[in-house]
Amino acid sequence: MMQQTKKSYLSETVARLKPSGIRRFFDLASSMEGVVSLGVGEPDFVTSWSIREACILSLEQGYTSYTANAGLLELRQEIAAYLARKFHVEYDPEAEILVTVGASQAIDLALRATVNPGDEVIVVEPSFVAYGPLVTLAGGVPVPVETNGDDHFKIRPDQIERAITDRTKALIICSPNNPTGTVLHKEELEAIARIVKKHDLLVISDEIYAELTYDGPYISFAAVDEMRERTILISGFSKGFAMTGWRLGFTAAPAEILRAMLKIHQYAIMCAPTMAQYAAIEALRNGEQDVEYMKKSYRRRRNYFVQSLNEIGLSCHMPGGAFYAFPSIRETGLTSEQFAEKLLLEEKVAVVPGNVFGAGGEGYIRCSYASSMEQLQEAIKRMKRFLARL
Amino acid sequence: MKLTEKEVEIIEILEKDARIPIETLAKMVSLSVGETEAILKKLEETKVIVQYTTLVDWRKVDGHEGVTAMIDVKVTPKRGVGFDEVAERIYRFPEVKSVYLMSGAYDLSVVIEGRSMSEVAKFVSEKLSTLDSVISTTTHFILKKYKHDGTVFDQGDQDHRIVMVP
Ligand SMILES: Cc1ncc(COP(=O)(O)O)c(C=O)c1O
Repeated sequence: MMQQTKKSYLSETVARLKPSGIRRFFDLASSMEGVVSLGVGEPDFVTSWSIREACILSLEQGYTSYTANAGLLELRQEIAAYLARKFHVEYDPEAEILVTVGASQAIDLALRATVNPGDEVIVVEPSFVAYGPLVTLAGGVPVPVETNGDDHFKIRPDQIERAITDRTKALIICSPNNPTGTVLHKEELEAIARIVKKHDLLVISDEIYAELTYDGPYISFAAVDEMRERTILISGFSKGFAMTGWRLGFTAAPAEILRAMLKIHQYAIMCAPTMAQYAAIEALRNGEQDVEYMKKSYRRRRNYFVQSLNEIGLSCHMPGGAFYAFPSIRETGLTSEQFAEKLLLEEKVAVVPGNVFGAGGEGYIRCSYASSMEQLQEAIKRMKRFLARL
Repeated sequence: MKLTEKEVEIIEILEKDARIPIETLAKMVSLSVGETEAILKKLEETKVIVQYTTLVDWRKVDGHEGVTAMIDVKVTPKRGVGFDEVAERIYRFPEVKSVYLMSGAYDLSVVIEGRSMSEVAKFVSEKLSTLDSVISTTTHFILKKYKHDGTVFDQGDQDHRIVMVP
């Protein structure tokens, strides 16, 4: 019989994709008892009862079928009102808003609807782990631009400009940022806007942490002069409304772009989960107080945690938003992976090594402070002991 | 009294956890320990913070189960002093945990804690009902406390999240 080498069934793109760098730590951390976890990228609050109750009511009433592809019109109207009220950006709920399965799907749609094979997409790093791989899956080429801690991880306009080639299609920005917590202020957004305009780029603005901005009002990139027409705004309910498991997000973009995203969404997903959409309507109508309450609580924990990190010798800039502290561990002479692994094994504190977030993340660790004050105090105690021994 | 934002924030934190170490509290509101102490002193002296209390689930302590009753009391208000005088006569009893003036079907809502049902019954029949202005009482015994002053009893507060998410 003829000997045949078994062919791979996998797409070459997927085969080449690196698995998430966090997997190994997850397996290690979840096999251990008594771990204080600062590794979670999600709220420690349970979704507000009134939101959960709205979902239950929708089920009782039997709303169990598909919704419109773009999402319930009622929800899109609430989203439009919310964006106008909170971020001063106006979108037409019928033509410019799409309800998605988490912000994750919205990012995927934005890229797949706009990237041609070989197009370059600038990713400001350290960044959320999904951007690069999603660019690749859309057939594009991610071009990382590295920010650093000495600049509070703010992207400088000249850095973007240097990364631009004639293949550059888009720029992904995320403010407040995961993992650094950095918030871009008005002037910084305006400086980016000037380059974006000059080079005719599209901006994918991931604003999933907008509600969790602690030191001043949030400014949406779409609200910057002349940017609305070239911005795909991504947001959702996961972080601000403590609804990660509901898998509900949304995107707002000029009608032509949104139509293209909707086309893919229609074929791939049909529509976002119906019960989650009913819950989201309640979240937008009556959830503001709970969001404020959670935000206040994160803010206090941030103040405590970041000051404590600095006191025990892990120098950390004050993050303006999200719920991550991103302290430097350079002084210890360890790589971020070594540091995270040693800390986990010796003191049972789980943090995420900074290098999984791409260029510029090496030398840092990501600590989520979305944990109870007791857990945070315990983590600081253990980390202090750990550092004293190094 | 007009309080600063930081003062209000300190009260909010202490209301949830009065035993938080002052160093931690100070960091949470971004003040020095000295400044925080000064604010605490002021809040205590002006009686904005009235008392630091402990919420105990006595059912868990053998021999200390106790009973709580809520009593609806109808009274005749007195000229000049209205309900205040009779309310004061009631709240002076140590068994009485709280007294509220209510709108609606009755006038005063009185919460009593006693060691046993008969102790509470005795208090109601001998002390409360016999007061001059008291017209009638209706006693409701609390069978189980699910939530008290914003705190849910016996709430599983385990973290449902998995250890790591990127
Ligand atoms: C920056 C950023 N964007 C998007 C997401 C995904 O959000 P969703 O749960 O809405 O898909 C996350 C989650 O960690 C994130 O950190």
